[in-house]
Parts: sequence; structure tokens; C-alpha cells
Amino acid sequence: MSAYQNIFTQVQVRGHAEMGAPVTDSDDWRVGKPFFVHWIGAIGNAQIGPVHLGWTGVISLFTGFLAFEIIGLNMLAQVNWNPFEFIRQLLWLGLYPPPPEQGLNILPPLDQGGWWLIAGFFLTVSLISWCIRSYTRAKALGLGTHTTWAFASAIWLYLVLGFIRPIMMGSWSEAVPFGIFPHLDWTGAFSITYGNLFYNPFHALSIVFLYGSTLLFAMHAATILATSRYGSEREVEQITDRGTAAERGALFWRWTMGFNATMESIHRWAWWFAVLTTLTGGIGILLTGTVVDNWFDWAIAHDYAR
Amino acid sequence: MALLSFERKYRIRGGTLIGGDMFDFWVGPFYVGFFGVTTAFFSALGTALIIYGASLGDTWNPWLISINPPDIAYGLSLAPLREGGIWQIVTICAVGAFCSWALREVEICRKLGIGLHVPIAFGVAIFAYVSLVVIRPFLMGAWGHGFPYGIWSHLDWVSNVGYQYLNFHYNPAHMIAVTFFFTTTMALALHGSLVLAAANPGPGKEVRQPEHEDTFFRDFIGYSVGTLGIHRVGLFLALQAGIWSAICIVISGPFWDKGWPEWWDGWRNLPIWQ
Repeated sequence: MSAYQNIFTQVQVRGHAEMGAPVTDSDDWRVGKPFFVHWIGAIGNAQIGPVHLGWTGVISLFTGFLAFEIIGLNMLAQVNWNPFEFIRQLLWLGLYPPPPEQGLNILPPLDQGGWWLIAGFFLTVSLISWCIRSYTRAKALGLGTHTTWAFASAIWLYLVLGFIRPIMMGSWSEAVPFGIFPHLDWTGAFSITYGNLFYNPFHALSIVFLYGSTLLFAMHAATILATSRYGSEREVEQITDRGTAAERGALFWRWTMGFNATMESIHRWAWWFAVLTTLTGGIGILLTGTVVDNWFDWAIAHDYAR
Repeated sequence: MALLSFERKYRIRGGTLIGGDMFDFWVGPFYVGFFGVTTAFFSALGTALIIYGASLGDTWNPWLISINPPDIAYGLSLAPLREGGIWQIVTICAVGAFCSWALREVEICRKLGIGLHVPIAFGVAIFAYVSLVVIRPFLMGAWGHGFPYGIWSHLDWVSNVGYQYLNFHYNPAHMIAVTFFFTTTMALALHGSLVLAAANPGPGKEVRQPEHEDTFFRDFIGYSVGTLGIHRVGLFLALQAGIWSAICIVISGPFWDKGWPEWWDGWRNLPIWQ
């Protein structure tokens, strides 16, 4: 029985490295000599690389590196360039947005949030470049662009927090600081300021989709692993030509809870749950302070709190 | 009627843990089995008690109905029905129903000849629930530390317990749990997207196979974990989210009763910084 539980790959077959399927455009900028790692092979593919670079990749890595450096060097400057203090206080250090008196000034002094704006700009360029990259790579391989739109949903939440809502509120100081404890403090203070975010229905929806995504992935991944001895992990094949793997997986859920997805539709459930997490979360943040000042009062007015 | 086109040949006898052939049948799409009967019993009793508890309360607004645990003063004893006893029996019913459901899943797995991953994963969720309403209240010496059963009342409980530790975001196990929830959701988006993208490449294009899926991820981030590997990764991430959630609440109270921000002073005051 234990042999069928399929937790680790017990025998690894290793041939030549796969260099990748041919692309349909002329941009074949793949770099790096592939290598194998045995222990990674126990879980999934052992092969690392090659990777496609491309202009969007180069821009994304470069601007991401700049943002990372600006944040890190600002933190290092705050502890007087002492590396030990930097490690000791790393979790507390932060790079903060401009203070309220700077309003929406796009060129505040560097130590008055100027560095925060520059770091945020580069991080945004980096994320959007990486998102465009997911589009061009999918197109080059003749795939759908589902990854791009899911990524765009995450960028929506990021932009609401650091860009769109601060503009609607008229001040960069509304945005989230960079840093481990600073961003947690921001989150805690945000909830208290606006009368407990739990009463924000879009926050509730976002949490439902976050937990729902985790539940769905546990259900789906466990189903595939449980039926892997019938070849269920070749999901696209099971979508186009259903076999006993997909049938047993479907019947497990039908007999358990009276309803089942199909091999294709489970991935649509997955995609929507994950995408709606950040989509509804962004709506909830955008309404807070702009449309609704106190979610608890709002909940009382709408008969779901007292 | 409720059968799928391919279903009849899978509806065979056997695989039961208890009861032999006695409960080995289906009702509509549902498999019954011995544990189906116990699930139905616990769910019916629990639901009836919740409705009875609601009738004792002052509202039928579904958002506001709440079945509250006993007062702390009752400690670990049984409370009168109207003063938290209902909550105690509902909790027993819930644990009974969840465990029955998991064992019924085991029987279905055995019948279908598939692995036991789903019931084991569900066991982690049951463990997280039991940590909240049994393990932590037991360690703190009163059932009153469990959370109330109500849509908004349980959120108030989460809020209040969080602020008892000043800022729950500073709980290290909570940090790990939240990180796993976010990572699982991202991984789910990536996996769902990849399969849909291969199966739906656009009008007039050929459906793509794992070679193209692997190539996309190697091009994109330099590594593709593969069709089997992503499900191992996904199950691991999802279960870790549940396990660390359980840990983060069990350590709050029984093992740390101050504010969570204070916990980190230990790191800042380590002797190595002198």
C-alpha cells in the first residue's frame, strides 16, 4: 500500500537535458547550461535551466535589483552602515513613503520619502515587465495567456495599495512601507483606523478565496497524487481523452460530496479562486477610507453587526 | 439517474472498513457506508442543536446567530445546555462528523483503488479545528477559550484574541502560516493557468502537451517542477498552511502570554550583539 502513496520519486531516469520546445517567434534567447540536482529530482524534475532572458527579462531583473538595493541601502544607512546592527535590526527596519505634508508631491526630498517613490517606481517596472514576459513567452510557445491575466490580478492589488488608493486619498503617506515589521504595523493600523477590516465584505471575500484556494489546491493535488498510478498527472491528456485516472478522481468527489469537477474545470475553479483573492482584496482596500470610513459602523447600518 | 455515463462499472462491492456489506450502497450520487450513517447522525444532531441554540437567542438574522462556549468559570467541566452546553455538544458533533467524513473518504479510496492523500489532507484540517476548540482550551484550562459558532461572532473572536497579544502579525508561526497561504494561492494560480493555457491555446492552434508546459516554465523562471511535482508541491504548501495555523494559535496562551511584538526582543538582546 505504501508504495502507491507516491510521495517521492524513488527511481530517477536521467537522459540528456531538455533544451526546450522550439518557439514560433525568432526570439530564442535561452541562456544557461542545464544541470541536474538529485534531491530536487525526488520531488519533481531534476533539471535546472535553461532560462529565457529577453528584453523584458533583463529590464525586470535590473529594475528589481535596483529596488532591492535602494531599500536595503536605506535600511543600512539607518543603522549607520553597521553590518551587525543591520542583521540585528533587519526585521524592524523600513523604507517609508513620504510624510502627509508632502501630499502627492512626486519629487519630495530623498530622505522625505523620495527613496520610497524611486524604489516603488522600479519595483513596479520590474513586476510589469515580468508580467509582459509571461505573455510573450506564452505566445512564442503557442500557449494561452492565462498566466499573464492571473499575474495582472496580483499587480492590481499591489497598485491599489501603493499607487491608486494613495492618489485617491491625496497623499503618498497612505501607502505601505517596505520592510518586514513596518508593513505588518501598517496592516494592523489600517484595520484599526477604519473600524476593523473584518467587517469589510470585500476583505471577507478575499479571505474566503485565499482559504478556498488553499483548500482547492489540497483537494486537487491530493486527488492527482492519489490517482497518479493511473497516469492522472498527464492532465492535458486526461482533458482531451478522458481515462480511468480522471474518472476515478471525479467519482471520488461525486461519491464523497455529491458533486465533481472535470479534469479541465478543476483548473478553472483553481484559476478563478486564486485570481479573485487579489481582485476582491484590491476592491476592499480601494473602498477603505475613500468610500467607507468605518467598516464596523457600515456593518451596523447594513444589519450584519450590532 | 444520478449516474455519470462511465459510473456504473465503478460501483462495485467492497473496500469498507466497518459493517461489511450492510451499508455498502449509494443514495443518489452519495456513497453511504457505515461512516456515512455516523456523519448523518452527527450532522443532524449538531444542526438541530444550533437551531435550538438560535431559538434561545434574540435574533434570527443569519449573520448574527451565535452559539457561544461556556463562561471561563466553568473551566473544563460540562456546562448547562443554555450556558455553553450546546456549544460543547455541537463541538463533539462537529469532531464526530469530520472524523466520520474522513473515514468515509478512506472507504471510497479503497473502493476506487486510489491513494489515501485526500483523507490524510482532510485530517490536517480537522487537526487545525481541534487545536482551536479542544487542544488550546484544554491547555488553558477552560472550554471558554474556544471560539463561538457564528458568522460574525467568530470574526470578533479572532479580532479580540489577536489584540490580546497586541499585534498577532508578530507571532512567528502566524507569519509562516500566512506566507504558506499566499504561496499556495500563487502556486495554484500558476498551475491552473498553465494547464488551461495548454488545453486552450486559442482558435486554430494545437493543444499543447507537457513538453510545452515544461518549456514555458523553464523559459519563464528557469525551472519546471513537472506535471507530477507540482501536485506534490501544492499539497505540501496547502498542508503547511493548515499545520502552521494550528501551531500559531496553540502557542498563543499556553506557551506565550505576552504581546507577540515582545517575543522578538529575545533576538534583539542576544548576547552575540554585545
